[in-house]
Amino acid sequence: MASITLEGITKTYTGDVQAVKGVNLQIEDGEFVVLVGPSGCGKSTLLRMVAGLETITDGTLNIGERVVNKLEPAERDIAMVFQNYALYPHMTVYNNLAYGLKNRGFKKGEIDQRVHVAAKMLEIEEFLERKPRKLSGGQRQRVAMGRALVRDPAAFLFDEPLSNLDAKLRVQMRVEIKQLQRRLKTTSLYVTHDQLEAMTLGDRLVVLNAGQIEQVGTPMEIYARPATMFVAGFIGSPAMNMLPVDYLHTQGANGLLDNLPDGTDIVGIRPDDMHLTPPTAPHLTVDSTLALFEAAGAESHLYVNLADSDQPTVIRVSGQPPVAEGETLQFYVTRDALHPFNSATGQRTPSPGE
Amino acid sequence: MVENRPWANVFAHTVLIIGVALVVFPVYIAIVASTQAPYELLRGTLPLLPGSYGIENYTQMWQSGVSSSNSPPAALMLWNSFVMAMAITVGKLFISLLSAFAIVYFRFRFRIFFFWLIFVTLMLPVEVRIIPTFQVVANLNMLNSFAGLSIPLIASATATFLFRQFFMTIPEEMLEAARVDGAGPMKFFKDILMPLSVTNIAALFVIMFIYGWNQYLWPLLITTDPDYTTIVMGIQRMTSEENPQWHLVMAAVVMAALPPVLVILFMQRLFVKGLTETEK
Repeated sequence: MASITLEGITKTYTGDVQAVKGVNLQIEDGEFVVLVGPSGCGKSTLLRMVAGLETITDGTLNIGERVVNKLEPAERDIAMVFQNYALYPHMTVYNNLAYGLKNRGFKKGEIDQRVHVAAKMLEIEEFLERKPRKLSGGQRQRVAMGRALVRDPAAFLFDEPLSNLDAKLRVQMRVEIKQLQRRLKTTSLYVTHDQLEAMTLGDRLVVLNAGQIEQVGTPMEIYARPATMFVAGFIGSPAMNMLPVDYLHTQGANGLLDNLPDGTDIVGIRPDDMHLTPPTAPHLTVDSTLALFEAAGAESHLYVNLADSDQPTVIRVSGQPPVAEGETLQFYVTRDALHPFNSATGQRTPSPGE
Repeated sequence: MVENRPWANVFAHTVLIIGVALVVFPVYIAIVASTQAPYELLRGTLPLLPGSYGIENYTQMWQSGVSSSNSPPAALMLWNSFVMAMAITVGKLFISLLSAFAIVYFRFRFRIFFFWLIFVTLMLPVEVRIIPTFQVVANLNMLNSFAGLSIPLIASATATFLFRQFFMTIPEEMLEAARVDGAGPMKFFKDILMPLSVTNIAALFVIMFIYGWNQYLWPLLITTDPDYTTIVMGIQRMTSEENPQWHLVMAAVVMAALPPVLVILFMQRLFVKGLTETEK
């Protein structure tokens, strides 16, 4: 168990390509932190630098009390779960789990005991004598987790461990990983590109873009108050709609937009915050045409064309839409659903008093 | 096959049977010839049925050889061939595994250059470099020795190249997982790379063994001592006599053909197993 501290961590590849640009991050002991971002944002590189699989160009990395910049992965007391599981195909599940312990010179009895404890925890005891190829994807994933578990390391590192599983299994494993981490209280760093996975798993999220941290916070903080337009668009599905303030003025703002923070020229509105029936609070009213309707069971997504604008907009409503495709509809937005941004800086504009 | 065309079937079988017969017939003749009395084969017509001198011919060849042509007993020649072939095979596998490992997994200066250097030597078969190699071996006093027979043939660009290609198909994550698991480079090589390469090793073992076993020119050049005569050389010597004793030559030929067959039979299980249970 240990905290992990990143100070100014930078990765520069030959040819001056900066994959990670001076990341500062403090991960508390026992915390579950998720690195999330689009592909190519440097999240995997960052994780691999923590693991010791990539060299750190600049900055300081602490695991626990130690500076581990120059240490081999094995000396950092971390365990890693890989995307393709990376199980040793010629070894039985038992030996896959035991290999790391053997290399560290554990006694046979101790190894045996640890392997069985981990196998029991992950419900893979019956597969211990099988080879990985005889296992299903979900079972392989468990073995990969088990290999991390047996070592009882200071930290778990997960590199998109669920992306090779089918959707249903992914949800199931997600829950199990969360429960396991709660139980073991091992510091964990988890990389994913799936914002839903990030939201549901993390105690805290770190949203990365182009090698830099956009925002750090609890999932709900980030969802409720995205600090940048990038975060606003990345977290939440369907993505947040961005409407220019000028446009809203032309639609009859009724003074509702007058108290937006200085510098605000664009507002974000979550698809869930666009109502088809007028709320009692003061609200904006926008005319639009229903272009396409996606039924997703309990909810449906309405892709609408706004009147006098070509801004793509999505509304999420529960149940069926009230009108057919091609017909007009009005939606209503209250003041507190508006996320004010400045489109030049991409930042959220601070409200007075912030 | 769901198709039901009897004539196509008959035709296919006929072609295959003729093909097999063409391959098997010489082998059959060799076996038949090796069981004849000494005079049978000198009469000009080749008998097509086995004779009754089999045990006698084989025993004589195995124990005493053909002294007139300076051919030692087949037992000794087979042993020499076996030692040479094994040394070449094991040496080639060992060195090419290690060099492929170095080229794929280590970052060092001139890595690509060394790879190309190895690759280019593919174009130089033994025969091309035989004179300079002979010079070197002679200067090192390795004439008439197993070292001289095998060492110059050990370096193998082909095997290195094949292992390199195979190692490159092993996912990078396997190495990373091993590093996290605390395996150093040699441990990774021994515990993970070698077991994964078993199929390739078995296949190359067969190829290399036959290559070593069939060496003719090189042993002929560097050994003069009958104690180091290999079976292939022995057969050549026996046939270049004025009156070759064909019954004994054929016995030697049959014996010479056996070890490669045994190696294939033995190794086949390994690589057929490897091929059917794809481990990746």
